[in-house]
Amino acid sequence: MKGAGAALRHDSALKHTTGEARFADDLAEAAGTLHAALVLSDVAHGTLLSLDTEAARAMPGVVAVLGPRDIPGANDIAAIGQAEPLFADPLVEFAGQPLALVVATTRDAALLGAAAVRAGITPLEPVLSIERALELDQHVVAPQTMARGDAARAIAAAPRRMEAEFRAGGQEHFYLEGQVAIASPGEDGEIAVVASTQHPSEVQHVVARVLGGACNGVTVTCRRMGGGFGGKESNASWVAAAAALAARHTGRPVKLRLARRADMIATGKRHPFLYRWTAGFDDQGRVLGLQALLAADGGWSLDMSGGVVFRAITHALNCCDVADVSVTGCAVKTNTVSHTAFRGFGGPQGALLMEDVVHRIAAACRLPPEEVRARNFLGAAGKGEETPYGQKVEGDLIARVWAEAKRDSDWDRRRGEIAAFNATHPTLRRGLGSMVLAFGISFGVMHLNQAGALVHVYSDGSIRLAHGGTEMGQGLFVKVAQVVCDVFGVDLDRIAITATSTAEVPNTAPTAASTGSDLNGWAAHNAAQTIKGRMAEVAARRFGIAVEAVVFADNRVWAEQAGGNRFLEFAELAKLCFLERVSLSSTGFYRTPDIHWDRATMRGEPFFYFSYGAAVSEVIVDTLTGEHRCLRTDIVQDCGRSLNPAVDRGQIEGAFVQGMGWLTCEELWWDGQGRLRTVGPSTYKIPGSRDVPPIFNVRLLEGAPARSETIFRSKAVGEPPVLLAISVANALKDAIGVPALDLPATPERVLMALRGDGEKIARD
Amino acid sequence: MIATAIGFLLNGRQVSLPPGTSPTTSLLDWLRGPGALPGTKEGCAEGDCGACTVVLEAGDGARTPINACLTLLGQVHGQAIRTVEGLRGADGSPHPIQRAMAESDGTQCGFCTPGIVMTAWAHAREGGEVHEALAGNLCRCTGYRPILDVFATLADDAAATPVLPAPQAACFEAPGQVFHRPVTLAALLALRAAHPQAWLLAGGTDLGLRVSDHRERPAEVICLLGVPELHALRAMPDGIEAGAAVPYARLLALFRQEPGFAPFATLLARLGSRQIRGLGTLGGNLGTASPIGDALPPLLALGASVTLASSRGTRVLAVADFLRGYRVNDLAPDEVVVSVSLPRPDPADIFVCEKISKRHDQDIATVGAAFRLRLASDRVAEAWLAFGGVGPMAARAKRAEAALAGRRLDADALEAAASALASDIAPLSDWRGTAAYRLMVAQGLLRRLHLRASRPDLPADVAGYDP
Repeated sequence: MKGAGAALRHDSALKHTTGEARFADDLAEAAGTLHAALVLSDVAHGTLLSLDTEAARAMPGVVAVLGPRDIPGANDIAAIGQAEPLFADPLVEFAGQPLALVVATTRDAALLGAAAVRAGITPLEPVLSIERALELDQHVVAPQTMARGDAARAIAAAPRRMEAEFRAGGQEHFYLEGQVAIASPGEDGEIAVVASTQHPSEVQHVVARVLGGACNGVTVTCRRMGGGFGGKESNASWVAAAAALAARHTGRPVKLRLARRADMIATGKRHPFLYRWTAGFDDQGRVLGLQALLAADGGWSLDMSGGVVFRAITHALNCCDVADVSVTGCAVKTNTVSHTAFRGFGGPQGALLMEDVVHRIAAACRLPPEEVRARNFLGAAGKGEETPYGQKVEGDLIARVWAEAKRDSDWDRRRGEIAAFNATHPTLRRGLGSMVLAFGISFGVMHLNQAGALVHVYSDGSIRLAHGGTEMGQGLFVKVAQVVCDVFGVDLDRIAITATSTAEVPNTAPTAASTGSDLNGWAAHNAAQTIKGRMAEVAARRFGIAVEAVVFADNRVWAEQAGGNRFLEFAELAKLCFLERVSLSSTGFYRTPDIHWDRATMRGEPFFYFSYGAAVSEVIVDTLTGEHRCLRTDIVQDCGRSLNPAVDRGQIEGAFVQGMGWLTCEELWWDGQGRLRTVGPSTYKIPGSRDVPPIFNVRLLEGAPARSETIFRSKAVGEPPVLLAISVANALKDAIGVPALDLPATPERVLMALRGDGEKIARD
Repeated sequence: MIATAIGFLLNGRQVSLPPGTSPTTSLLDWLRGPGALPGTKEGCAEGDCGACTVVLEAGDGARTPINACLTLLGQVHGQAIRTVEGLRGADGSPHPIQRAMAESDGTQCGFCTPGIVMTAWAHAREGGEVHEALAGNLCRCTGYRPILDVFATLADDAAATPVLPAPQAACFEAPGQVFHRPVTLAALLALRAAHPQAWLLAGGTDLGLRVSDHRERPAEVICLLGVPELHALRAMPDGIEAGAAVPYARLLALFRQEPGFAPFATLLARLGSRQIRGLGTLGGNLGTASPIGDALPPLLALGASVTLASSRGTRVLAVADFLRGYRVNDLAPDEVVVSVSLPRPDPADIFVCEKISKRHDQDIATVGAAFRLRLASDRVAEAWLAFGGVGPMAARAKRAEAALAGRRLDADALEAAASALASDIAPLSDWRGTAAYRLMVAQGLLRRLHLRASRPDLPADVAGYDP
C-alpha cells in the first residue's frame, strides 16, 4: 500500500513521455468544429468608433464575426467585482484588448479574417507607468494600510534613518500550453466546455453570464493543463466565454486556441511593483520602525489585484518583525494588460520589500545582511512572534530553516573562499546570498477556502475519484489519490483519476494559493471516510465485531488487525455492500477552520498555517558585461509531513527556477505606445537547463509535521519556494557590492548598478 | 522524372501526401491535423520552445532534432521523420527513454515532454554537452534537474537506420503555390532567374517562422536542400569552404576539429539550439543580412568571402562588401549564395568570438563581436574588430581598429580602442538592451579581450568559470 507520504510519480508521467496524454487541443475534433481567432487592439487607450468587419466576412471560410453587440448576456468576464468587458465597448484600455472574434472553418481562415478586421480607434493619452498612475491617483485597488504601533514616531526616534525606492518587474507565465477552450452546443441551450483552466467553476459562471444563462446549462471539464502558474485562473474564463459565444451563435463546436503571441499580449501577468520606504534602525541593524508603500501595477482592470495586494502587504515583513510598522498597498490602474495571479500571488513581491530594507540597512551598518535579517527575525531577541496583523508565527522554525540552510551550504568556509577569489580575479566577482521565507497558506478571500469531492466505489472494488482541484502538472491528482488510498488501505492502481468537472463537483475554488492538496485532499478524505464508515459497518456485521475493530489495509478489510486470519478482499466487501444495498458513493466537503480576516482593521488570522524555507545561492558576475550565472543553491523547505516527497521536491525545484527567471532573465518590455514587444520565447527568456545551478541541493525539512490539523500533517508547497529565488538576487548584490538592485537583474541592470550606484556606495 | 507528390518516412512507414497538399504546411500542423499524431505539441510556433521537436533520421544513422513548427512539408520530402509516437517497441512497450523520464520525475505538466523525449533520443546517439543538447527545449515546471539526471544516463538504442531514396528533382503544386526542389546547381540558377520573387528555402529557420508564426502562404518556393554544390563542406590548408546550405550542425562539428576555428565553434554552439543548427545555414544568415546575425561578426573578422552564382556567371565578394545595410545585401534578383570561404586564422592570431545576451543559450545577441589580432614584434600589426547588434548591420569598427594599430596589446591600448569604438557604432535601444548598455558592453568586450590575451590562465567570463 502506498498512501500518503510515498514518493509516487506523477500519475500521468508515462502518458506524458509517450505522447498519449491528451491536452485540450489534442482531442479529436468533432465533425463541423469551427475555429475562432481574436481581433486585438493595437492601441493602449482610446475610444472604439468603428469596427470594419466587411473584408473579414467576405474571406473564404469565415462564418461569423462577433463583437459586443452579439453577446446575449452580459459583456462582462470579471472574476470579482466591477464589470470587465469581454470585448471593448467603446473604451479601449490596453494594447492587446479583445475587440471581436472571427469564427471560421479553419484556424488559418479565422486568423486571416481577424487580421482583416479594421478598428477605428480615437486614441486617448495612455497611462503606462506606476509613477504616472500614482500621480493621477488612479487605482484598481485603493490604498490600504496595515499598521501596528506608531511607525512615524519610531522612525523619528530611531538612531538612524533611511529612505529608498526600487522596482520589481512582472512575469509572463509562459505555460507551455497556451490558453485554449472548446465549446460545444447541446440541447436546450446547454454548452459543454473543455478548457485549460485552474478554475472550472469560474469558467462556468463567466460562460453562463456572457450567454445569459444559468450555471446548470454549462458543464466545464479539464483533464489536465500544460502548465498554469496562476495564468489560467481568471484568464481561462474569458477565453472559454469567447468560444462559448461563438458556439452559441453558430450552433457548432468552436475551438479558440490562442497563438503564443496573442496569449502573451492579451493575458495578464505577474504584477510589477514599485516600492518606496522609510525605516528607522539602530547600529546593530535592528529595524525599529518602517513605513512602506507597495504599489502594484494592476493594469487596466481589477481582475484579482485585490488579493495580490492583500498578500503583498501581509508578506511585506516576511520572516521579520518590526514593532512599529505601517505598510500601504495599492494597485494602480494603467493602460496595460490586467495583471493577474502568478504563483506566489503578491507574496514574493511583498517579501522583496524586507529584503531591500535588510540589504540596504546592512550596507549602511557595515554588517552582513544575513546577520541583520536574523536580528530582525520573528522570534529573535527583542522581537515579537506575531505578524502586524495579529497572527502568531513559529519563530523557532524560521531560525531552524535558516540554520540548516547555512550549515548545508557550508557558508562560513565559502565566504572565505569567495573573498579570496574576488581579491585576485581582475574582472569576475562571486557573491553569496540567502533568503528565508515565512509564507501564509490559505486563500486571502476567506470563502474560497472550501473544497468538494465525489468518490464512488464500484461493486468490483474499483474506485473513481473526482474533486474540484485541477491538474496543471503539480501532481495534485496523485497526491489526492494517495489520500484516498490511505483511507481505504488500497493501492493506487485501484483508483481511477478523472477529469475535473463542474458536473461532478460544483461550486469549487480555483486550484491556486498552494491550497490544492490541503483543500481537495481533505474533501476527498472526507468523502472516502464516509464510504469507509458504511463499508466498515457491513464488514463488522460480517465479522461479528465492533465497527471500530475493522481495519482497512493492504487491499483487504481485516477483523481486529491487518495480517490476521479473518479478512475480506476490498472488492469482496464492495460487492457485499452492493448486495446489502449500502451506498458506495459519497461527496466530501471541507472548509478550512479557524481563519478570519477583518478588512476594516486589517487584522485577523487569515492563514491556516505558515510554510517556512531558506536558501543560499552563489553567483558569479562579469563586471565588464554584467553577465552572471548561479553556481550553487542549497535549499531547505518545510513541507510538514510531506504527502509525496518526490512531487514536493519537483515543486520546490521548479518554483525556484521559475522565481530565478522572474528575478534575472525574464523581462517584459513595452514600447512607448504601451505595446508589449516581448511576445514569444525568442524575445522573452525563461530559464533554460544551463541556468539551473549546477550544484542544486534541495532538502525537505525533516521531523516537522504541520502543527495545524492539515491533511496528514502535510504542508502546501506550490508557491513558497518561489521566494527562495530571491537568494539569487541577494547573491548578485553581494557579488557587485551594491545593496540596491532593480529587478529583474538582467546583465544590463547588474552592469548599470555596478557603474552607477556602485560608485555612490563607495563614496559614503 | 520529376516527383510531384510529397513523400517521406514517418516513424518508419512511407507516407505519400495527396496531390494538392500545400507544400508549405508546417510539419507540425500536418502531424497534429491530417497526420493524427497529436503527441508533438505546439508551444510557441517560433522554433524556440522545442515542444514540437521531432527527429530527422539520416541514412547514415545520424539523428537531428528539428522543430516541426518551422519545417515545411516540402522540405521533408525524401527524408525520414520520427515522432514521439514512433518510439515504442515492436511490442508496443514504451521506449527506455520514455520510461526513464517518467520514472525520474522528469515530467510535471507533460506538455514539453514529448519534445524533450525526442531531443533525448537524438542525444543518446549523437552525444555532446548536455546543456547544448537541451538548449532548444524549454520546461516551465521541473526546473530541469530531473531531466538533466535522465540525460546523464542515456543509452543509444539499436533502432534500424532508414533507407532513403536518392535525391530526385521535384515540383509540388497546390492551389496558388509551387514548390521547386532542384537537384543541380544549373537547374537552381535557371529557376532563380525565372522566379526572382520566390523564397529561397534552405533550413527554413527564418522563413519557416513566416509560415508558422505569421501564417504566410508563399506563392513560390525554391528549396535548396537537393543541390549538392550547396552542401559541400571542405577543410583545406588555408581555410574552410562551406556550401551555403550546409547546416550549422555540420559546420560546428568541423570547426571543433579544425585548428584555428575553436572560438567560432564556441559561438556557434550558442547559435539557436540543436534544433535550429540542424537546419539553419550560414547562407541563410547572409541572405537575411540581419544586423544581429550571430555568424556575421566572425565572418567579418576572419575576412570571409562569399561565392555568388547566377545563370550569368559566378562572382566572389568579401562578406564586408556583401553586407550593404539593414537587412540589405548585394545579391542580385537572379543570384544565389553558393558557398562561403572562411580563411583559417594564422596560428599566432588572437581570435575571439563573443556574444552577450540575456540568456546564455538560444538567445539573440544583444551585442555580438568577433576580434582577430595579428601581432608582430608584440605590436598589433592588423586588427579586425567586428560587431553585431550595435548598428544597422554587422560591421567592423574601423576607428577602434585604428586605435590599436601599432600598439602593444596592453590595457591602455584597449582602453583607447574602447573610447574610439563610441564613434564607430550607433546602437539602438530595444527589449534586448538600451543603447547605453550596448555601448558599455561592446567596450567591455574589448577590455575582456585584454584579459583573455594577457591572462590565459584565468577564466575570462562567467561561462568559463568551473565551480
